[in-house]
Amino acid sequence: MASTVLSAPFPSAVDLRGRSPMIGVPKNGGDHLLLKGKGFGRVRMSVAVNLSRFEGVTMAPPDPILGVSEAFKADTNELKLNLGVGAYRTEELQPYVLNVVKKAEKLMLERGENKEYLPIEGLAAFNKVTAELLLGADNPVIKQGKVATVQGLSGTGSLRLAAAFIQRYFPEAKALISSPTWGNHKNIFNDARVPWSEYRYYDPRTVGLDFEGMIADIKAAPDGSFVVLHGCAHNPTGIDPTPEQWEKIADVVQEKNHIPFFDVAYQGFASGSLDTDAFSVRLFVERGLELLVAQSYSKNLGLYAERIGAVNFVCSASDVTDRVKSQLKRLARPMYSNPPVHGARIVANVVGDPTLFDEWKQEMEQMAGRIKHVRQRLYDSLSQKDKSGKDWSFILKQIGMFSFTGLNKAQSDNMTNKWHVYMTKDGRISLAGLSLSKCEYLADAIIDSFHNVS
Amino acid sequence: MDAANVRGVRRLSTLVRHLIVPSPPSSSSSSSTEAPPMASQNPNDLVAPSPAAAFSSVFAHVAQGPEDPILGVTVAYNKDPSPVKVNLGVGAYRTEEGKPLVLNVVRKAEQMLVNDPSRVKEYLPITGLADFNKLSAKLIFGADSPAIQENRVATVQCLSGTGSLRVGGEFLARHYHERTIYIPLPTWGNHPKVFTLAGLSVKTYRYYDPATRGLNFQGLIEDLGAAPSGAIVLLHACAHNPTGVDPTPEQWEQIRQLIRSKGLLPFFDSAYQGFASGSLDADAQSVRIFVADGGELLTAQSYAKNMGLYGERVGALSIVCRSADVAVRVESQLKLVIRPMYSNPPIHGASIVATILKDRETYNEWTIELKAMADRIISMRHQLFDALKARGTPGDWSHIIKQIGMFTFTGLNSQQVAFMTKDFHIYMTSDGRISMAGLSSKTVPHLADAIHAAVTTVN
Repeated sequence: MASTVLSAPFPSAVDLRGRSPMIGVPKNGGDHLLLKGKGFGRVRMSVAVNLSRFEGVTMAPPDPILGVSEAFKADTNELKLNLGVGAYRTEELQPYVLNVVKKAEKLMLERGENKEYLPIEGLAAFNKVTAELLLGADNPVIKQGKVATVQGLSGTGSLRLAAAFIQRYFPEAKALISSPTWGNHKNIFNDARVPWSEYRYYDPRTVGLDFEGMIADIKAAPDGSFVVLHGCAHNPTGIDPTPEQWEKIADVVQEKNHIPFFDVAYQGFASGSLDTDAFSVRLFVERGLELLVAQSYSKNLGLYAERIGAVNFVCSASDVTDRVKSQLKRLARPMYSNPPVHGARIVANVVGDPTLFDEWKQEMEQMAGRIKHVRQRLYDSLSQKDKSGKDWSFILKQIGMFSFTGLNKAQSDNMTNKWHVYMTKDGRISLAGLSLSKCEYLADAIIDSFHNVS
Repeated sequence: MDAANVRGVRRLSTLVRHLIVPSPPSSSSSSSTEAPPMASQNPNDLVAPSPAAAFSSVFAHVAQGPEDPILGVTVAYNKDPSPVKVNLGVGAYRTEEGKPLVLNVVRKAEQMLVNDPSRVKEYLPITGLADFNKLSAKLIFGADSPAIQENRVATVQCLSGTGSLRVGGEFLARHYHERTIYIPLPTWGNHPKVFTLAGLSVKTYRYYDPATRGLNFQGLIEDLGAAPSGAIVLLHACAHNPTGVDPTPEQWEQIRQLIRSKGLLPFFDSAYQGFASGSLDADAQSVRIFVADGGELLTAQSYAKNMGLYGERVGALSIVCRSADVAVRVESQLKLVIRPMYSNPPIHGASIVATILKDRETYNEWTIELKAMADRIISMRHQLFDALKARGTPGDWSHIIKQIGMFTFTGLNSQQVAFMTKDFHIYMTSDGRISMAGLSSKTVPHLADAIHAAVTTVN
């Protein structure tokens, strides 16, 4: 029993006159302690002390990724650097709203569109362009009606819908996720009650891909597992399989009757090219494999807070596709009824208009380009400053928003505590949050943490 | 073999695989000899998969889901080519011209936001837009609410009413000792599914009395009185959906006493604040008497109807706790529910709401537009009642003007409803619920004709 004493006002209708205190005691629910105090004359006064029904709720730890930004905000040191969450920053370290997005929003305002509920599966125009963007507009599976696309709440929401579908229709199956992977993947599968296990991915010795381990673990998993693959720009490592390695992964997936489950959060953002970054997904589709894809427009269109993405099921027959879509709707309805319209309209307008689409491609190349420059500058600074002879070239080989530095938790803590560099404890830094001018400072911090902390 | 040939061979082998019966996905490494899992494992599936498909897709066992009963009405309406069709299905406000309405104050707020060069689209915190949360709590609990002054309220932005109910339900399923929620009979069609998927078990309490087309107060008191101590009780804050039947203030007070004496946990669904009576404060009274007694409760708020922000999905879940300390911990746990569901909520709608609520002038403008919507609905009620009286339609139709909010529970049965759809192109849910918001002076006569015909010719 908690020892907290809280006051409990009496409900207005309680009448204590002439009644024994026990009956007159107001019960506002939950545990209550009865403290009998001295009364006047024959009437004994009692005070019911009511505890909260949620007294036993413990304080949850801050989110390991989103919590980093909270900690960064609280830091008053002027040297501080936020390399936590993967949100793109300009060279001036300002958030960036794409010009095409601003144009699209102005267009939408001018048109004066209404705010009616979207269908449960989302905006039809958005669903059409998002599938085409992912697979190529002339992909046979689209033409044959074999793709079920449902608008989802960015990457997370799309993953969750797919996970809920897996739980309901493949209750025996498990998900295979890379080691390491985006921190929220485990939470999503846990909450959706889909069992998961890890396949080897990151090799700390080479700071590269443990390809043998990956293949072996995917082979060893039960047939028909859902293999979560990062379409491009693996998060958190930045290490992607080569095209040849992708072919071999597809071989094993096929052999084991596994179902590939792609997380595509960086299409266009990794290499700068939308088509190049879709290579892995399109390869698997071309093989005739059935697969799932969760898409996000948070990064490549800078629509983070609008929560816009999609879940795509590529099936082998169009009637199956229709049924799958109907069941995805049945999972979405009791979660949020129908998805938000604003971000979907922005995407539909940008991707659906040839002029805006071209402009978008240019802006995306610029964003991806800035990150590549920053990688190069960081590598140069590290190589120049670190006299130990350590090979830092993995930074150049990695791709996308993040770099896996190879720093362990204690070293990452040193980055934060001593150098005011905010990052996640797995050693991941977001290069999108790094400016060219801060590369030298960061290099100093990394070298110090790597060599002087264990 | 060159790369293209290799790919071609692989493609062929995949196709060949599709012609052979695949072993069903299973956790054992040896292939199973059982048939693929059947659709019957989900009792809600109605259509069996076709045999041909079973040989070619891992998803072959997935059956066609039925159309959502409420949203499906609009789907059917859209397909109907009749010029006299009327959509009284989903609760979305329509003007006298039958058009959707975006409030002026919303358009203005949106202009401001879109044209503000300093605005960015960075992720909101998991709990949503802070201003929005504070303003929402003030709106429902009252700006001077002691619960707010004492920091005892944990508020998180969610995806409209549905999202708020789901997050609240998931939180209770994890952290509350009683996993049963009592919902009124009838209630919004989506309630049972939301709470079941959240992990709660759903029971009902009597609510609607078909004989009086009013509240079965005795039944309500008996059923809540029989509920186990600590059970969760879903209450519609005002404008009960689908019946439009609300307790009187005196009845609310009795409900409150019963709930508190049994230690039941109230969970309010507030989707129509301001929309029911036209007064934001009046429509929040039921919630506020519970807050006033110092006890705990949950509220799910939606801005879909009262701000016309349907498609933006704006709402808030508030948990009023005994102490500020508990509220802080509760909020931290709510974040753990939200993060694996969608990470953080959408910014657009919440920004519009915050912009409107925080400025005295825009707030007042909003209350005026809100009252106009509520008044138009009340006027439709009277017009329909008068039209039925004028036709001498058998029965007592006074419930049409006694019920409140967007919906009227007509009392028509599903055969009568089907008749009205087929012969008069009236689209409504099969439980006899009509959305008054979808009516206009022009369409009232047609609806009255339809009801008259249904009542006199169909049983």
